[in-house]
Amino acid sequence: MSRVNVQEVPVWLTSVVIPLLQLALALMVSSLVVLIVGENPIEAFRVMVQGALNLEFGGLHNTLYYATNFIFTGLAVAVAFHAGMFNIGGEGQAYLGGLGVTIIALSLDHLLPMWLMAPLVIIAAALFGALWGVIPGILQAKRGAHIVVTTIMFNFIAAALMSYLLVSIIAPLSGEATDSRYFASSAVFPKWHELFEGAAFSLLNPTLLIALICAVMVWVLIWRTRLGYAIRVMGQNPSAAEYAGINAKKIIIITMAISGALAGMMAVNEVYGAHSRLILNYTNGFGFIGIAVALMGRNHPIGVVLAALLFGALYQGGTELQFEMPGLNPELILVIQGLVIFFTGALERLVRNPIEALYTSTRANLQAGG
Amino acid sequence: MDVLSWVYSSMDSSLRLAVPLVFAALGGIYAERSGIVDIGLEGKMLMAAFAAAATSALTGSPMLGLVSAVLSSVLMAMMHGFAVITWRGDQIISGLAINFFASGLTVTIGHALFDMGGQTPTLSNDQRFNALEWPGAQWVAEHVPVLGSFYHDVISGHNVLVYLAFLLVPVAAFVLFKTRFGLRVRAMGEEPKAADTAGISVSKVRYQALIITGVMCGFSGAYLSMAQNAAFVREMTAGQGYIALAAVILGKWRPVGAMLGCLLFGVLSAMETRLQSVELPIIGEMPTQLFSALPYILTVVLLAGFIGRSIAPKAIGQPYIKER
Repeated sequence: MSRVNVQEVPVWLTSVVIPLLQLALALMVSSLVVLIVGENPIEAFRVMVQGALNLEFGGLHNTLYYATNFIFTGLAVAVAFHAGMFNIGGEGQAYLGGLGVTIIALSLDHLLPMWLMAPLVIIAAALFGALWGVIPGILQAKRGAHIVVTTIMFNFIAAALMSYLLVSIIAPLSGEATDSRYFASSAVFPKWHELFEGAAFSLLNPTLLIALICAVMVWVLIWRTRLGYAIRVMGQNPSAAEYAGINAKKIIIITMAISGALAGMMAVNEVYGAHSRLILNYTNGFGFIGIAVALMGRNHPIGVVLAALLFGALYQGGTELQFEMPGLNPELILVIQGLVIFFTGALERLVRNPIEALYTSTRANLQAGG
Repeated sequence: MDVLSWVYSSMDSSLRLAVPLVFAALGGIYAERSGIVDIGLEGKMLMAAFAAAATSALTGSPMLGLVSAVLSSVLMAMMHGFAVITWRGDQIISGLAINFFASGLTVTIGHALFDMGGQTPTLSNDQRFNALEWPGAQWVAEHVPVLGSFYHDVISGHNVLVYLAFLLVPVAAFVLFKTRFGLRVRAMGEEPKAADTAGISVSKVRYQALIITGVMCGFSGAYLSMAQNAAFVREMTAGQGYIALAAVILGKWRPVGAMLGCLLFGVLSAMETRLQSVELPIIGEMPTQLFSALPYILTVVLLAGFIGRSIAPKAIGQPYIKER
């Protein structure tokens, strides 16, 4: 196999064409699954697109609502990736973020109006998420415990902890079985259809704007600050980072705190904005989707936002699927998600190598000819 | 006597709960000893559990169920191998992909086949692996004090997969540490380059190790849906693949150690149900969630080196690039 010089291959090819081809491959294999269970894949995708983009039933709005979650969790994974770390703990960090939101909201919602409440809630979500991210970070930096394993374990610990807190403490306070009570409506974000008369019901709320602001901030952090530079050097060449005098332990800890904070802020969308209460297992695997989103989006905030939109559409479209095509159910999304992670992550060379080889040889031929 | 029978029945259920973990942990050891991280144990178990229950429900034969469980799990292991050995992909990403793929595929196919929201129909007794009563168990229980009921309650009365799991532990220890194949597997995990120089194909040995991992996860899944339970239920592995991974770490990548880890987790899991709303002296009622979190907490504590240290095979997680 000839070694391809990556420097020569232009960005549009590595960041646009190759991911799209990988996505197409994942969708083709997913179509095969749909065919095997005896349904028409073209019809299935039509239903999903219709479900994800329609305005009259709030399809597009809900796509954006789901995308909001995935922007947060995708950015969380991307930031850690830049430092060469794989944060699989987004699920647990987001769950803990929900605890932060709930503590603030339940104690202050009858005192503070939305404008004072929202900043506190955002800070609490980020802080609790950061806490759950920084512990594995510290264990990695100081004790050498591998971050992949510890973040996986922390997801399960978070699930147990939150289940205990919800069932034994928070829910009984409010007289519910497994959820918290609703936060006072004067203290929570209004939803899209409450802001705009005549819009269809959806869970879309202003958190989307916060997610987009976070995407910009992540871009600034990674490419325009000293810390971001240190993070990137760490990720690309740890020994170079050491020689450059970068304190690797400090960077690991800070990066994991930032990553956890971003994941935790998913709770602002779900717990504060969409549902206005803490629901048992509310994270619903959204933390894991961040991994697919970051891989698809090549760890760039713009890519992450676009990939989050795609997954938002898949989620919203997938929920429509069960009503229109009884032979399929929403779990088909997990098949697609798994295949997207497989083809854009694990098996990415399968598409990248031949394309890059094709590009270099074509260019060499053109240069020879011209 | 009452205490004794409580202890025995707790041991009995701990043993049963440890079995799927033992199979999967052994599978994890083969993969990781060969240098391949496998966080896809969970997905392989789930796929196997589904294949087992679905095949058994359709054909009526638990043996065919077992075969199909093993085949489907090996197929997933080969997917992992193709991505990480042949294409040198990221092992963690591949494992995760397999887990999501399995959660989706089992429910999607199950829903299409049986139209029960992804579940399989309940298996009748002749479609499952049933308990085997050991010779004289009843008689011994009635006539021999203490040990007799131990024999009856704990040793006897399990299905064949339970005995297979505990039999495969010494087998794995023997294969890995006393055979030429085991030496090769371990070499791939520590010094693949040296093994390569000695003329052993790194890819071939790693693929072989992954096939064994697939078989083990196949047994594990079949046990879940055809022995421990009588149907496949969506997400029925519920993180047990990750607990098995934790047991591998706890057992320092050794079969007997990992088995002890699995037994410990089995006890914790048995206590979770048995101590539900039980008032203990002094401590009071224990939150059951503590028991479900303990395996994970223990693993983190161990990995961080607070009690002893668990060190992974040296070359783990790195794709092997053969030099030209």
